[in-house]
Amino acid sequence: MRALLSRDLRLAIRSGGGFGLGLAFFFLLSVLVPLGVGPEGGTLGRIAPGILWVGALLACLLSLDRIFALDFEDGSLDLLATAPIPLEAVVALKALAHWLVTGLPLTLLAPGLGVLLNLPPEGYVWLVLSLLLGTPALSVIGAFGAALVVGLRRGGLLLSLLVLPLYVPTLIFGAEVVRRGAEGLALATPLALLAGISLGAAALLPFAAAAALRVNLR
Amino acid sequence: MMPDLGKYSFAVLGSYAASAVLIVVLVALSFWQRARVKRALAEVEARQGKTDD
Amino acid sequence: MSIWEYANPKRFMQTSARALPWVVGLTLLCLVVGLVWGFFFTPDDFRQGSTVKIIYLHVPSAMMAINAWVMMLVTSLIWIVRRHHVSALAAKAAAPVGLTFTLVALVTGALWGQPMWGTWWAWDPRLTAFLILTLFYFGYIALWAAVEDPDTAADLTAILCLVGSVFALLSRYAVNFWNQGLHQGASLSLDKEENVADVFWLPLLVCIAGFVLLFVTLVLMRTRTEIRSRRLKALLARERVA
Repeated sequence: MRALLSRDLRLAIRSGGGFGLGLAFFFLLSVLVPLGVGPEGGTLGRIAPGILWVGALLACLLSLDRIFALDFEDGSLDLLATAPIPLEAVVALKALAHWLVTGLPLTLLAPGLGVLLNLPPEGYVWLVLSLLLGTPALSVIGAFGAALVVGLRRGGLLLSLLVLPLYVPTLIFGAEVVRRGAEGLALATPLALLAGISLGAAALLPFAAAAALRVNLR
Repeated sequence: MMPDLGKYSFAVLGSYAASAVLIVVLVALSFWQRARVKRALAEVEARQGKTDD
Repeated sequence: MSIWEYANPKRFMQTSARALPWVVGLTLLCLVVGLVWGFFFTPDDFRQGSTVKIIYLHVPSAMMAINAWVMMLVTSLIWIVRRHHVSALAAKAAAPVGLTFTLVALVTGALWGQPMWGTWWAWDPRLTAFLILTLFYFGYIALWAAVEDPDTAADLTAILCLVGSVFALLSRYAVNFWNQGLHQGASLSLDKEENVADVFWLPLLVCIAGFVLLFVTLVLMRTRTEIRSRRLKALLARERVA
């Protein structure tokens, strides 16, 4: 299992593309929003939590179709399906690998972009914490979506159509945590719900994703 | 006969019109698909000499 | 005689062919009676004026938009557990109907909201949840359209429907949390306090029956079309082999 994880990580880093692309997209979005909205600090500070969360979500979306597509094309997914470790574990590991190369770097980059967007100082801790708790859910849900469309030739656009509605609760609670944090309000409830979604998704969705993979490999 | 809708006539009539359009489109689409599939199936069944069903 | 007999496509085709004219007749009857009654023979509400007439479209379509998804969830479960093709095809047939009802509810709501709330759209929890439901319908229909093999498509969409239901429910609670509501409470709850007045209630009930029947009619008809098109594909495939 560790071998599979390190293999996925090495592939993701070596093949360039997916790894840096999401981060670059996140950065670009945070530069473009002030250009579009205007440089007024108060407005930017107020929309910063939402922009950063939407940006992280979209950046995450960019690399989703790579989770299974490459392995499906060269047949190694068939091998993994017949391997001694259960397919559910393979899905979970692949989601973990995806999170390590997208969710985690996005989380680390976010405070820097918060500066660009004039996020109030009280918000930074909660921005990092909410992304840390929420991005795993994005990766796991994304892995489920990727498993659904793995057999399709033009799955990319369909994947975003399927996955984005599933991202709604995560986005709402995540951005709510940062917004409340920035305004100094109580935020235990959305934070707990965000963590709940991540844990629930991580616990249950690998089963649904594995079922979808088995259907697609039939 | 026509009830007096007062100043809200646009909202009321618009709602009825928009709903009618949406539902009629759906019904028309369903009928069109039905006719198309039925015709194609009849053609193939006749060609293969099968009429059970 | 158990309900599972209708899992046989041939059996389903025979029975539905016999039932369909009755269902169509009843649908038309209920819709015409309910809408004419509601439109021409009910008084204006003292606060909402004549816009109260929109309720006869808005409430039934909103109800059926949700019920259609529930029906898809049930038929998807039946497909996963018992592998009855008619069940999977019924779910496929219901999706565009549910989507249309969702759009009707959104459009009539916007037209009602403009004079009443002073805005076409507000990010009210109920409205937002319906918008999200629309997205789920789009995704579900797109997945059916994208997958070529029918059994694979049925499996994948069934899984999506199950997972989507959980997330749609989560979204409903999330948006509740996220914004205060502008929308009034249930119009038909058993709790009489917030119910609509009796003059509006009876025609509304007939309209709801009409929309339920309209849904049944369309789903039956569309399922029959799906079964026929499946048979068509099978025959064509056999032709190619021979």
